[in-house]
Amino acid sequence: MRLRGGSALRLASAKAWLHRFTFVLLFGASLALMVLGKSESPIVERARLTVTDAVTPIMNGLSRPLASIRQAYDNAREFLDLREENAALREQQARLVQWQSVARQLEAENRALRDLLKFAPDRAASFVTARVVADNGGAFVRSVLVAAGSRDGLRKGDAAVTGEGLVGRVAEVGERSARVLLLTDINSRIPVVIERSRDQGILAGDNSDNPRLLYLSHGSQLVPGDRVVTSAAGGAFPPGLPVGVVKSTDTGGAVVELFVDWDHMEYLRLLDYRLTGVLQGNSAEPAGAGLP
Amino acid sequence: MRLSFLHRLDIWARNLLPFLLTLLMLIAGTLPLPIPHFLSLGPGLALISVYYWGLHRPGLLPAPAVFVLGLLGDLLGVAPLGVGTLVLLLVYAVALSQRRVFVAQPFLIVWWGFMMIAAGAMGVGWVFASLVAGAALDPNPVIFAYLITLALYPAIADLFARAQRAFLRAV
Repeated sequence: MRLRGGSALRLASAKAWLHRFTFVLLFGASLALMVLGKSESPIVERARLTVTDAVTPIMNGLSRPLASIRQAYDNAREFLDLREENAALREQQARLVQWQSVARQLEAENRALRDLLKFAPDRAASFVTARVVADNGGAFVRSVLVAAGSRDGLRKGDAAVTGEGLVGRVAEVGERSARVLLLTDINSRIPVVIERSRDQGILAGDNSDNPRLLYLSHGSQLVPGDRVVTSAAGGAFPPGLPVGVVKSTDTGGAVVELFVDWDHMEYLRLLDYRLTGVLQGNSAEPAGAGLP
Repeated sequence: MRLSFLHRLDIWARNLLPFLLTLLMLIAGTLPLPIPHFLSLGPGLALISVYYWGLHRPGLLPAPAVFVLGLLGDLLGVAPLGVGTLVLLLVYAVALSQRRVFVAQPFLIVWWGFMMIAAGAMGVGWVFASLVAGAALDPNPVIFAYLITLALYPAIADLFARAQRAFLRAV
């Protein structure tokens, strides 16, 4: 009797020990995962792509009804201020007609000057439009998943844009899904140039809504309101994609207000300029794998 | 008495409920919702689920299952690899160890418990995410995600309580 009680007790304590051991093991495994994730090993990338490829069709299905709810809401709101919007659009149209004639003149002049200089033109981009199916613009990470992948011709390093401007770049490409690292993510570094002064800099995210301009050339005079566009430095991005405007400046650099409207980012256009710059280096698989 | 195959399948499916609900919360947390950008929750919804089942039915959501869910979330991009896993495990471990304190307590006390535990876990998550990034992350999105998660807790806990009454009474 006593012996049996003792063995039951021992069994219970062994169970408690096993229980504690399991937790220690799992916590240790989480820490190991962090190190593994930090090492950017190809195993991690493959695991990520397997999971996102598997889940994206489900998310695509789930995000459609949400998108139509949002659309219905937007429609209803637009209907309410139709008259005002109409007036505003007329005014804008009048202004744009003027701009159009200016643009035509400049285009002709530009063409003539390029002919004179024998300027090598930038290569034309091909693009894919894809639906945003998952938004991790959350606490720790700023990235979105799109429902297009290597079978649609996406490549690592493609620029992701909306009508307003640059959103981020394609960081990982699966067969039917891809992850876009947003400009606001702490790992995002984009070479940019100030449109007015042609000062080069790096746009660095810090998980807040407004990324910072770093490594500006010495003596550059930024003014709030200066337009920031992508730079061709490093061969990572095509030059001239609109990014944002300088919001405020300080000693360390400047804070940039982005053009993109995060709340209405249903579709992204992914531009492929066939650039083979720094962003496509050290990829796990050769860039363009899966392309015809 | 031998259970019929269908009956066993039924019990098995019911036992999976906490795991499946947590998985659902994980995926729901990443859907692009028609709300302003900063309201994205990260691992928030899954946190609620892990806390709830850790208190009420830990037998049906064992620690390795929590680990697997956290890993899936991280691979989906909810948090840097390992960070989301750690946050979920922390909430689960603390909830489990404080089960005796919270069981059969009024709802407000259980909510208060979630408030404390989730705050600690999100804080630890922020520290580790910053360590992995090699620079201090902006804490505001973490605080927003935490506050929204806290506000959503009653509704989601109520949903879980209904599911528990409907499907797990007999199990």
